[in-house]
Amino acid sequence: MNSGDCLLWVLYASLLALLPTVLVAIPALPIRWKRSLGFLLTVAFCLLLIVVGIHALASPALHASIPGPLTDLAWQFTLDPLSGFFLLVLGSVGFAASLHAIGYFYHGSQSKLKQVLLPYPVFVTAMVWVLLAANAYTFLVAWELMALSSTFLILVEGQDQRRQQAAYLYLLIAHIGALALFVAFALLSHGDLISNGNFQRMAQSPYSPVVANAVFGLTLLGFGAKLGLLPLHAWLPEAHPAAPSPVSALMSGAMLPVAVYGLLRIDWQILPAGAGWWGPLWLGLGLSSALFAVLYSALQTDMKRLLAYSSMENMGLILIALGLSRIFAEQALWSLAALALVAGLFQVLNHAFFKSLLFLGSGSVLHATGTLEMSHLGGLIRSMPQTAFLVLIGIFALAGLPPLNGFASEWLLLQAFLLAPSLPSGMLRAILPLAAAGVVLVTAVAAFAIVKFYGIAFLGRARSAVAKQEAGIWERASMAFLALFCVLLGVFPGRVVDSLSHITALLLHGSQIAHQSALALTPISAQRASYLPGVFLLGIALSIAVVFVLVWWRFGRSLRRAPVWSCGFAADYSAQTQDSPTGFSQPLLRIFGVSLSTLRNRQGGRNTLPVQIPDPFWKGFYLPWGRVTLWIAEGISRLQHGRITSYLLYSFLTLIVLLVFFR
Amino acid sequence: MIMHSILAHSAIISPVLRILAAWMLVLSFALLAQRRLLSLIRLLAWQGVTLAVGTALVGQLTGDPVLWVSAVLTLSIKGILMPYVLHYLLRRLQVRGDVEMTLNVPSTQLLGILLVVFAFSIAAPLDGYLPAATHGMLGIALAAFLLSFLMMITRRKAISQIVGFLAMDNALFFAATSATLGMPLIVELGIALDTLIGLVVIGVFFFQIRDTFDSLDLHYLEHIREDK
Repeated sequence: MNSGDCLLWVLYASLLALLPTVLVAIPALPIRWKRSLGFLLTVAFCLLLIVVGIHALASPALHASIPGPLTDLAWQFTLDPLSGFFLLVLGSVGFAASLHAIGYFYHGSQSKLKQVLLPYPVFVTAMVWVLLAANAYTFLVAWELMALSSTFLILVEGQDQRRQQAAYLYLLIAHIGALALFVAFALLSHGDLISNGNFQRMAQSPYSPVVANAVFGLTLLGFGAKLGLLPLHAWLPEAHPAAPSPVSALMSGAMLPVAVYGLLRIDWQILPAGAGWWGPLWLGLGLSSALFAVLYSALQTDMKRLLAYSSMENMGLILIALGLSRIFAEQALWSLAALALVAGLFQVLNHAFFKSLLFLGSGSVLHATGTLEMSHLGGLIRSMPQTAFLVLIGIFALAGLPPLNGFASEWLLLQAFLLAPSLPSGMLRAILPLAAAGVVLVTAVAAFAIVKFYGIAFLGRARSAVAKQEAGIWERASMAFLALFCVLLGVFPGRVVDSLSHITALLLHGSQIAHQSALALTPISAQRASYLPGVFLLGIALSIAVVFVLVWWRFGRSLRRAPVWSCGFAADYSAQTQDSPTGFSQPLLRIFGVSLSTLRNRQGGRNTLPVQIPDPFWKGFYLPWGRVTLWIAEGISRLQHGRITSYLLYSFLTLIVLLVFFR
Repeated sequence: MIMHSILAHSAIISPVLRILAAWMLVLSFALLAQRRLLSLIRLLAWQGVTLAVGTALVGQLTGDPVLWVSAVLTLSIKGILMPYVLHYLLRRLQVRGDVEMTLNVPSTQLLGILLVVFAFSIAAPLDGYLPAATHGMLGIALAAFLLSFLMMITRRKAISQIVGFLAMDNALFFAATSATLGMPLIVELGIALDTLIGLVVIGVFFFQIRDTFDSLDLHYLEHIREDK
């Protein structure tokens, strides 16, 4: 088998991975077989993706072409280090999510399993095709397939009005984005998608500044809608909670990065030389999205909504890194550009691991307790100790604590920011430190939000919902896999950074950052700054061990559980007296002046005040646009009045006009 | 060989073809002016017969036997069958009297003249691509097409609309045979079948419309649109 066949085998495997969609249709097969076979097939496929992705990271590009429906229109694919990296991300998340899905859908009915297993493999395969696509046609078909299959997955858990609205909003924004991409590709191929649709050919052909700027704007709209950039983020906090947890993990950990891949492929590889304002625009948009998202993430009371906003924040951070890299590249500071780019890609990888871990963890919580509303939860650490421990690792990673992986990438990003003084432009030199301060604020508030996530739901005492059992073996196995890599990626960041060098070489004219030793991370030079995660790990392990031994020695080994100390009063405090999720984020509300709308309603004789945190963009952006659209539609519908004579007149006049202008 | 026979016959046949084309246009104007339903159907039948004769002449001109088959088909379907069916519908539905028009006859005729001028101005540049024997035919075909369209717009009764529709079909057919000297038989058969099916569907609709509104006046259809 020569290496060119490798890509073809992946493509055949991606078709084979669609087998579960056929499998569920066989009535004779028992439901247990369908579930295990269906998801295990995806698990195996994702393992293959991981292997191929790692292999491709250090290999030259492979090409494949499969005859398409029309003579000149072929399905073209390329596997290069860039797509290999994103295949690795997709494979890891898909592996864990599919393992988790076996347990997650264990109690589902036959019809529900059908609803999942029909679109689920299509979703994974479509993402693989997007990542491997080498021409506009293949890319757009796979992109649309990805959007459609994920829409159906949002509706798996039930089709109540809220879910339908979430799916509709998602589909609407996805289609607006896809439309922008369509136009962008039409511009890139000089109006001929069939003969000029190949990405390599696009990269070689020259573009006027007007066309390049238009393509940049359109792709920012198209991929930004998928990334959840302001103001096209509204679907994220709706769709993620509506979808089943393995799907949320896939959407957050793998589908959002696919949009990052699109930005890199088109705005970087095909349009390497852009206007000077592209980088700052990415940076500014990323920063404002991240700030907005992290604030709203800290205010949420639904576990998955909180994670959804946090995903948006992470995408903002990644875009900041890409923008910074672009700014450096514009000034030909290639090694600094490589550093920022590596920070962004590393963040993609880390986000995939810790965010899908947390989504899967919240899925297990939903299973055990039946709710994701934090004001009903609490004390899960006692009923689900193993899940709680695995989620804690994800929490540490997301909060950016050393020696876990989240810290490594954020540290790299800040190191890149600290090198901004080497830029020649005074304006950027002045602004970039402010942006760096913004990034630090984002990471700090993100840590606050995620502490709330864990503290309210897992610590303290159970409020109203009680966990019945620990998560199943499949679910724990999937989370353990992700948690293990959260640690490994954090302890050996040098290896990760080294393996990304081929991507930076591909995108930044062969430049890459210095070779790293296995245990340390030194972005520029050892004199300037370096980070030794192993030392951190050792130090933390040592101090914990010392404290543990001391406590053991002083107080003995028996665990004692006592009632809450009530300051000497003879009161038995109920669980409701604990800090509530809304109360926890009260300081942020005060500081940032976010307006809350409360709805008072009477339920079961008790006064409850459920707090709603409305997204300001909903009222300020979406509703006005909706009104304008409706207004135009009503104007157009006046043409439709049921008089056949007038309808005939319309076609008559159209005919005349066409005859006059196109004779 | 074919070129030779075209040259031999064209001296006699093309003037006749031209006269037929002119006659086609006159019939279209007559359709536009006619108020009585019965006469409309009769004019439509005449159009069909004219088409059939025209097709036969083109067959003679090009020596293509397929066009003779086409001429026979045209005569039987457009000249006899369709007018008969329409006539039958008229009797079954007991529609009588005049056609209500949304625009009066003189203005319609004036508009029609403008349309003919327009059609000729559009078609004139295309004459260079067509055989010499058929110069001007495309303009006439286009004019007849637009006139039938105008007729559909200005009438209210369902039957006169279907007459306008069939006249449009006739004009297209005329463009295909006379202006470009015939088209493949399979295409022609397909179009004829389409028209027949269209006629059957519309016939069924006529009964439905009359049962619902007690009239064939399309103005009642305005009530069934989707409400806001």
